[in-house]
Amino acid sequence: MPAQATTESVEQVIFDGLKELGAEGEVSRESTFEDLDVDSLDLVELAQIIEDEFGVELQGEDVKDLRKVGQVIDLVVARSQ
Amino acid sequence: MPEGCALVTGSARGIGAASALALAEAGWPVAINYRSDAAGAEGVAAAIGEAGGGAAAIQADVRDPDAVGELFRAVEERFGPVLVVVNNAGMRADGLAPQLGDDEWERVLDTNLSAAFRVTRRALKPMLRARFGRVVNIASVVGPRANAGQANYAASKAGLIGFTKTVAVEVARRGVTVNAVAPGLVETQLTEGVGNGLVDAIPARRPGTPEEIASCVRFLASKEASYVTGITLTVDGGLSA
Repeated sequence: MPAQATTESVEQVIFDGLKELGAEGEVSRESTFEDLDVDSLDLVELAQIIEDEFGVELQGEDVKDLRKVGQVIDLVVARSQ
Repeated sequence: MPEGCALVTGSARGIGAASALALAEAGWPVAINYRSDAAGAEGVAAAIGEAGGGAAAIQADVRDPDAVGELFRAVEERFGPVLVVVNNAGMRADGLAPQLGDDEWERVLDTNLSAAFRVTRRALKPMLRARFGRVVNIASVVGPRANAGQANYAASKAGLIGFTKTVAVEVARRGVTVNAVAPGLVETQLTEGVGNGLVDAIPARRPGTPEEIASCVRFLASKEASYVTGITLTVDGGLSA
């Protein structure tokens, strides 16, 4: 049963996910993936974490222009409506 | 053994069936995927069951993108995460290039190459999360070698080898390996009618058996093969040497 995708819960799952993936330094909405040293393979895995938790599927097209953590959070919340 | 199962596409008979049996012997629960040969697939599952392993025959035409999603859902529900995938489903539709029809070209590319891509795509994300995965693509010596009358088959198998290498390097750092096995002449339904003339060109002077290919699949799927990735293991009795 996918969890409820509120902004707070999505933010928490994504922040935790990024830390699990080895994000370097402070993780915030404003952080860019480049700052966090998170690469495309890490983002594939983050997409799977999001899918497992919220049932929201992110395809290549969706994520390729995303640069900031906040953009992913907003996209997941929007998609889950 | 990591917690999960193996999926072999097109494993109602031939190399697929032998691979399923070998993986079951190695301790994997195995999903026996088939397109239309239900009796064959059930037979393989029964043989595995009798030997004390876990297996289930699951129908899906892997050329259909929606069917691939359904197949994985069914397997995951039955056996848990798919940690080993053997892309074995394959066909041939021979003809010389000037006379090969669009349909023959597309069907072979679709079954042998595109289906393998779609199955692999679906399998990879859970493997990345599990930090363990084994993708084994059944290619052929035809592809790297020429074989008149098989331009479509050769293209699909050479393509599969290229695909293997690139995907391997994309996911290597997560403990997921992607390799190909390239059989030479093996006596299965796929090679019925292939001339005896070929056997004279094989240094081993005989075709291989499906079991001889399956033992290589089993090795590549094993924990022990953790540093082997992006390679094509040729199993052809010396034909390509």
